[in-house]
Amino acid sequence: MSKPHFVYVTYIRTTPEKLWEALTDPQTIKKYWFGITAESDFKSGSPWALKFEDGRTADTGEILEAVPPRRLVIRWRNEFRPELKAEGYSRCTMEIEIADYYPDRGGKAVKLTIHHEVEGESAGKFIEAVSGGWPKVLSNLKSLLETSDIAFQL
Amino acid sequence: MPDFKPRTVYVTYIAATPEKVWQALTSSEFTRKYFWDRDIEIEPKLGGAFALKLPDGKVNVRGKVIAWDPPRKLSVTWQVEWPEDFRKLPECVVTYEIAKAGEAVRLTMTESHSWNVPEAILSGGRTGWPAILSSLKSLLETGKPLAIQMEPPREMIEAIRRL
Repeated sequence: MSKPHFVYVTYIRTTPEKLWEALTDPQTIKKYWFGITAESDFKSGSPWALKFEDGRTADTGEILEAVPPRRLVIRWRNEFRPELKAEGYSRCTMEIEIADYYPDRGGKAVKLTIHHEVEGESAGKFIEAVSGGWPKVLSNLKSLLETSDIAFQL
Repeated sequence: MPDFKPRTVYVTYIAATPEKVWQALTSSEFTRKYFWDRDIEIEPKLGGAFALKLPDGKVNVRGKVIAWDPPRKLSVTWQVEWPEDFRKLPECVVTYEIAKAGEAVRLTMTESHSWNVPEAILSGGRTGWPAILSSLKSLLETGKPLAIQMEPPREMIEAIRRL
């Protein structure tokens, strides 16, 4: 059996540069991440945190790799749910690629792949939590980039 | 019917009504745009016939409706008939579930299998569904699908040859 992990792929009509900006700009993140925002300069080795609107810390970690506009790897631990924090650090890898598309159909798109797994042994609760969260966040991100508006509020 | 277990799940949230998403899943006017030119033929009832057809008329997928609950749940058996090699694959079950999520809808696609299907074969759906459902979301939210160009993964084709 492989370790519990989560993989999600979405295709977005945008450019790698705009997607990179949306993934790393705190004000943009806040729009599609239900009020949560990031504190980081998104450079390799820098600290990283997600904060709720009221200032509480949701998650902390560090940027392991940042290769704009292609690849972002975050070492990531939940801070606000003890049972998730107990599972320790996870690793989230985001990869941005140009998708193959039919050029005669105006379908130019970017492929975003999110891979998230816990570093050590775990009961899978953290992965279960992010498996529910990522589709919401990434659906809103796609809508924001394609329509200038998010799909929904929580 | 044998026991089908979920092996691939894809969830997306779409700014549309459940009725609109249902229509997009069940009418050729939409599938043609987001599902690589395929027409859908589906009898709107339990036990009804279901098929996806290529533009040249060839049947790509054939099956039966095993859940029909508009605009909430659609489940079909899924036997690939084209390309020819793929006929060796045992049929799977594809289920769409639509639920309200605030002002949007949550669409969940589940691909279920009745046998110990290798990861290499699952890679087909895991590659295809994100492109199909991303395109469906774009179509409903912007009026334009995404035209992602894609072939079945090599590892899948090789695994089918070994069956």
